[in-house]
Amino acid sequence: MAKKQDNTITWDTFSEGLWRENPVFVMLLGMCPVLAVTNSAINALAMGIATLFVLLASGTLISLLRNSIPKQVRIATYIVIIATFVTIVDYTIQAISLDLYNALGAFIQLIVANCMILGRAEAYSSRNPPLKSIVNATGMGLGFTLALLCLGVVREILGAGSLFGIDLFGPRFEPWVVMVLPAGGFLVLGAWLLLFEWLKQRKSETELNPASES
Amino acid sequence: MQPAPLKHHKVTTMATETLSFIFLNAVLANNFVLALFLGLCPFLGVSGKINTALPMGLATLFVMLVSSVCAFLINEVLVAFEIEFLRLIAYIAVIASAVQLVEMTLKKFSPALFRSLGIFLPLITTNCAILGLALFQTFKEYSFLQSLVYALGAGVGFILAILLMAGLREKLELSTMPSITQGAAVSLMLGGLLSLSFMGFAGLGG
Repeated sequence: MAKKQDNTITWDTFSEGLWRENPVFVMLLGMCPVLAVTNSAINALAMGIATLFVLLASGTLISLLRNSIPKQVRIATYIVIIATFVTIVDYTIQAISLDLYNALGAFIQLIVANCMILGRAEAYSSRNPPLKSIVNATGMGLGFTLALLCLGVVREILGAGSLFGIDLFGPRFEPWVVMVLPAGGFLVLGAWLLLFEWLKQRKSETELNPASES
Repeated sequence: MQPAPLKHHKVTTMATETLSFIFLNAVLANNFVLALFLGLCPFLGVSGKINTALPMGLATLFVMLVSSVCAFLINEVLVAFEIEFLRLIAYIAVIASAVQLVEMTLKKFSPALFRSLGIFLPLITTNCAILGLALFQTFKEYSFLQSLVYALGAGVGFILAILLMAGLREKLELSTMPSITQGAAVSLMLGGLLSLSFMGFAGLGG
């Protein structure tokens, strides 16, 4: 975690969650929803937005209360705050679209147990002023949504031959059923991580001074 | 469109599955880690060595049993007062307390183990397998005994998965791998293969 103590909001505050510290691809946090609900792009997007909302709302509230929460009970306090917002999201999605609610199943409620949200609360929101936390949480949430979409798109194209429910290849396409099954989630995420690692290594080989970026 | 009310009528709509079915289903066919994607953080994080994977599994099993019993009782109270919207908050509070209990016990009786589990011990709180278990047993309307067996099955399934993974990764340490597979990528690939093989158990336990 960056040990910046100044309160200036830079582009970096926002963008670190998108790429350099992407919660899924770099920090491997919140893996359960990442693998479980990404069997179609629309589920992935819905889950991403729900998580973004909880992250943003809880981050803001925790940041506002950061000086009044006693240190000893902070984790319990964070969890209760997060659980409150997840309950709101749960009932909202149920009211908007019952189909989506059934597709995501218990995983909406399981946003509570997403270690990324608690991790951000502890590592960032509890130490930074509200505005900065909001900017950072937005970046993190968008990074999370982006990662979910990366998986959802690949799994839906290969596993069902469609994208956002629109048929891509016509009836002659034989879907790779394994991609929408649990095993496909592990394999696709593994493949993405391999790709990023390969890109990173290629970059550091071509650059003469690889350490300049960080 | 009216959202379906999540009422839980006691006794009348009780699930009818037999105990052996629930157990086998939770251990093998619907393994919490490999089929339902619950509890992946410790599954990927603490599965480096069998020596730490087993205590982690046992601690998780214990927390599962405690929180399953508590969740069942709390749900009865919540349903009685018709305040089911507090379920999530109540469950997570119970789980956090159960984890605290395990943490204090371990710290007193086995400080070495306590240190080796490190950050992953308090993180059992955010292990979605445990919250997932509490929620699933409520959705499935299991009776007290069924819930307990379900928790036992889920815990044993978690131990099985994390031990298999740890065994594979210990072997992997000794072999030469391409440099890009350093890190979590290869663990995920292994998880995918394990998950594929566990699909063979589908339909078992009838």
